[in-house]
Amino acid sequence: MKKVLQGNIALCEGAIEGGLDAYYAYPITPQNEISAYFAEVLPKLNKVFLQAESEIAAINMVFGTAVTGKRAMTSSSSPGISLMQEGISYLCGCELPCLIVNVMRGGPGLGNISGSQQDYFQSTRGGGHGDYHTIVLAPFSVKEIYEFAKSSFILAEKYRIPVLIIYDGYLGQMMEIFDTESNEGKLDITVDQPIDKNWILDGAKDRHSRKIRSLLMNEGELEKHNWNLKEKYEKIKKNEVRAKFYETDDAEICLVAYGIAARAALEAIYKLREKNIKAGLIRPQTLWPFPYNEIANLAKKVKKFLVVEMNLGQMVEDVKLAVNGIADVYFYGRPGGSLVSSKEIIDYIVSII
Amino acid sequence: MNPTKFVKPKSLKDTHHNYCPGCGHGIIHRIIAEVVDELGIREKTIAVAPVGCAVFAYDYWDFDVTEAPHGRPPAVATGIKRVLPDRIVFTYQGDGDLAAIGTSEIIHTANRAENITVIFVNNTVYGMTQGQMAPTTLIGQKTLTTPYGREVTRDGYPLKVSELISVLDGARYVARGTVTNPKNITITKSYIKTAFITQIENKGFSLVEILSMCPAGIHMSPVEALNWVENELTKCFPLGVIKNV
Repeated sequence: MKKVLQGNIALCEGAIEGGLDAYYAYPITPQNEISAYFAEVLPKLNKVFLQAESEIAAINMVFGTAVTGKRAMTSSSSPGISLMQEGISYLCGCELPCLIVNVMRGGPGLGNISGSQQDYFQSTRGGGHGDYHTIVLAPFSVKEIYEFAKSSFILAEKYRIPVLIIYDGYLGQMMEIFDTESNEGKLDITVDQPIDKNWILDGAKDRHSRKIRSLLMNEGELEKHNWNLKEKYEKIKKNEVRAKFYETDDAEICLVAYGIAARAALEAIYKLREKNIKAGLIRPQTLWPFPYNEIANLAKKVKKFLVVEMNLGQMVEDVKLAVNGIADVYFYGRPGGSLVSSKEIIDYIVSII
Repeated sequence: MNPTKFVKPKSLKDTHHNYCPGCGHGIIHRIIAEVVDELGIREKTIAVAPVGCAVFAYDYWDFDVTEAPHGRPPAVATGIKRVLPDRIVFTYQGDGDLAAIGTSEIIHTANRAENITVIFVNNTVYGMTQGQMAPTTLIGQKTLTTPYGREVTRDGYPLKVSELISVLDGARYVARGTVTNPKNITITKSYIKTAFITQIENKGFSLVEILSMCPAGIHMSPVEALNWVENELTKCFPLGVIKNV
């Protein structure tokens, strides 16, 4: 079916298609369309909508619903996501699946309400206390927002891990036409066996009582838990890396960008090719796990990489790790909620080649 | 006189407790387990354990239990109850968890008339972390962080949670008991039972505050702690049913 939707609304429709049971959130710009939509639609579907008293309460309501095995979600923007970090750490420690959406705005502090990509470190490095990861999806179109939201619960349940979808406020507010039936942006999550639900709390009827906890005080217990988590993270790294490649086969300079910045980068590479500059683009769709190997392979033949972000340089560190010194890595970015344009990218590339 | 046979409630696991001598948690865990058995709700009960000494409650109760971040059990319980409205959901929280870091969650959960039950254990100190001042510490009471006694000008007043909650329209049943002697234990158990029935009848939010002993935290012998709770603590926090609508 063809639809014309705003990014934030496509997120809602995708999450509902994906089997959302309950949504909890606290108001914050630029993502208020999400709670307004759910407030209207979820009660009609007999699903839970609840406006929480804070982001802290919202993430803990998500935790509560997640322990029952039902599909819970929250959304917020950067400062609100900061408040949720404790809860996200607990969700990871307790291995609970859920969906958390960050429609990023400019920071630090109260910052502004423009779209930004300044929460890359927070999203991909855990963000809260302890060694952990969440799967981080970075859509770059309204269709991808829809598809990623739709697949997020299966992905979260497959590994018993929170899934973060992060995109900038611009994508959230933007409207695009898309076809729900087309393959564009589909994640195609492979699930081998029926997903194990023998951990959920729904009352100890005809089974032993269960507990969900991240507190492991006995000698060696917590270390073992961490090694188990590590094993899970390795599986995710092996199975779930997603990235799109544009004109990289003969590229002399390869751009790396995600989200709205990747749209400017995509326009830039085609304009550069009109000037006979062979530019390509890698666009990570998963920021964690990160496409290190894919970038490392390209670095064997591409000598220059340019990372474009709407921040002071965060993903560029991962690109440098991937390239590992065998190619030059440049960075072009604008922080504080300012958009990068294709013209700025082109001018910068012309200055470095 | 008929001898009464000691029977372990089905809702209690057959294990030893790690609580200190004279601690009130063991008694409170047991009377909750008895109530759950008597109401026949063990198979549909889901509890939320706090951060504090009772974090290990899931090792003692034989029904489903989840942990929660410090102060957040009411939000976690909300997330459970909203998707499983026919289950019996309760939180078990101490005075630091509920009355300090979790003040926002408890007020709003009560105000939403969330159909859950809260067991609030008030022993006036942070037992797990060696006995710091809690919001419910008495004026003049010495703790790890009030070595010269709690001073009103610096630390404010003991927080009367049950009275505070009872003024909210969403709170349907609020009572305060203690577990210092068999009579008080029986009365407190009846409060807990009424609170659970309030939930079973879908009436909304219920809270039972229980004045309890933390001899290690308040630096008294178990017997001194019992007497202090019964004679001193009850002066500041009067016992009885505060609200039942």
